[in-house]
Amino acid sequence: MAERAEAMGREKTISERLWAAAIWLAVVVFIANFMAMAATVVINSFGTRWFGAWLPAGYTSRWYLSAWDEFQLGDVLITTFEVVGAVVLLSGLFGVPAAYALARRRFPGKQLVLLLFLLPLMIPPITFGIPLATVLYQLGAGGTIWGVIIANLVPTVPFVILVMIPFIEQIDPRIEAAARVFGAGTGRLFFYVLVPLLAPGILAALLLVLVRTIAMFELTFFTAGPDSQTLVVALYYAVYAAGVRAGQSIDAMAVIYMITTLVWLLIALRFVDPTQIVTRAKQEAAR
Amino acid sequence: MTETTAHLPQTREERMPWRVRLALHEIDGVTLLVLPAVLFVIGLFVYPFLYGFVLSFKPRAGDWLANYRKFFSDPFLYDTIYATMRLALPATIINVLISIPVALRVRKMHRRRLLTTILVIPITLGTVLIAEGLLNYLGPQGWLNRTLMLFGLISSPLRLVHNYTGVMLSLILSGFPFTFLLTLSYITGIDTSLEQAAATLGATARARFRHILLPLLAQGLAINFCLSFVQTFSVFPSAVLLGAPAGDTRVISIAAYQAAYEQYDASMAAAIAMVMGFVQLAVVLLALAGRNLFYRGSAGGGKG
Repeated sequence: MAERAEAMGREKTISERLWAAAIWLAVVVFIANFMAMAATVVINSFGTRWFGAWLPAGYTSRWYLSAWDEFQLGDVLITTFEVVGAVVLLSGLFGVPAAYALARRRFPGKQLVLLLFLLPLMIPPITFGIPLATVLYQLGAGGTIWGVIIANLVPTVPFVILVMIPFIEQIDPRIEAAARVFGAGTGRLFFYVLVPLLAPGILAALLLVLVRTIAMFELTFFTAGPDSQTLVVALYYAVYAAGVRAGQSIDAMAVIYMITTLVWLLIALRFVDPTQIVTRAKQEAAR
Repeated sequence: MTETTAHLPQTREERMPWRVRLALHEIDGVTLLVLPAVLFVIGLFVYPFLYGFVLSFKPRAGDWLANYRKFFSDPFLYDTIYATMRLALPATIINVLISIPVALRVRKMHRRRLLTTILVIPITLGTVLIAEGLLNYLGPQGWLNRTLMLFGLISSPLRLVHNYTGVMLSLILSGFPFTFLLTLSYITGIDTSLEQAAATLGATARARFRHILLPLLAQGLAINFCLSFVQTFSVFPSAVLLGAPAGDTRVISIAAYQAAYEQYDASMAAAIAMVMGFVQLAVVLLALAGRNLFYRGSAGGGKG
């Protein structure tokens, strides 16, 4: 930064310094408030009684036991992982081949197909979730775990496609041509040549799907029945009915949710750039 | 032997025309791989949308426009558009405006990845968790009010939850990181040599921003505004948990939810969802029309 200031041949003025300080202050205030909010949840989940003071009167871990029983967290977590596992697997199976076709071929109507995949990512789940849930209930899938899985796939299949297209484009098509020359069919080419080459991209895309699906509230909320709630929906109902249960119990559940989400986020961040979590849709939109 | 060799070209010729014709358009076995995903999205995104659209014109009672007439004549329903706009527009504008100077600062930072990682956490945790956290944190006995009172900035706790303020704060907390990361990715896409050239020619920081960066960013900011707006316009969990869902923050998604899951009127719910989509579309089109007033072109510094 100093080099650049020198290169530009000018000193920083006082107003520029004040401006820079104000910007950093805004960032610090934002992060501090967010951290404090998260800390409130964690501390309250361990507190015996917390009212009218900076910190709880005492500490205990019993809220985790009571939350586990009250909210049937065992069942909820199993459902969550079933849903997330199925969504990850199926969005990979639908998405990766489609991304391959879109990366390698320029067929008429390709722009239309790209737009078709862009729409579920641009239109918020609340807007298309209600008609989608209506259709799923008519098909008899509403209120079941399959309804939840299908609804969650609607944004994740296009997401995998749009993340994978640039990744596949950068792989040299001559490698595939070589495999063809040596007699590999499409299936062998796919599993022995492409999948190994694409593994890092697939892993990144699917981890992002995983993180997004754990936190996907709206679509699950609209399609889940009592037995097919995921963790985030169970948390919503608990907060919605606050007063029925102890606040600390709800916060204990919130902590379990935070841990579940953040563990996968940390794993995902080993393979992807954090900005990828938000920027994929935009890059396609900018075209 | 001779028969087969004589046969082969003939059968190929028979089969060639349509295959060749399709292959010329790059349609072959590989292209067909796109079909399952296309059918999936058509079946579970396009079809439900069209189904909802048709359903909204088949009300439980009355003629085909009854749902829409009811929506636009009942203040309890049409006011939700205003209530949602009142949250979504300021929140989006605040987030976009603040994200610009912060992103300009952060792009010169060395440890950018650390900051982006921290900011990705609120996005990942989602609005339900943020709403639950803010209920305690912003409450009358929460840390924020306590801190403000400790420094003597206020004398009695501010009312920050179960009203407009609570939802607004949650929209900023969950929306800003998203907006910021988008702005950052646009700004880092602009070649810094363009600015350095302007600086060499004696342009001040303000002039460089006004005449170099802003025109190049306008396109990205318009798309960023659209994406952030549709997100905030569909606010649901925080409006229920952190706001006054029967009053100030009765947003349009709450009206749609109540029609679908409390009155079991799928037709009315579909109509409200269509209105929601239409308002989003209108704002997005306005924003995209606005961006064309600016320069459109390469943001790179190389040979263009």
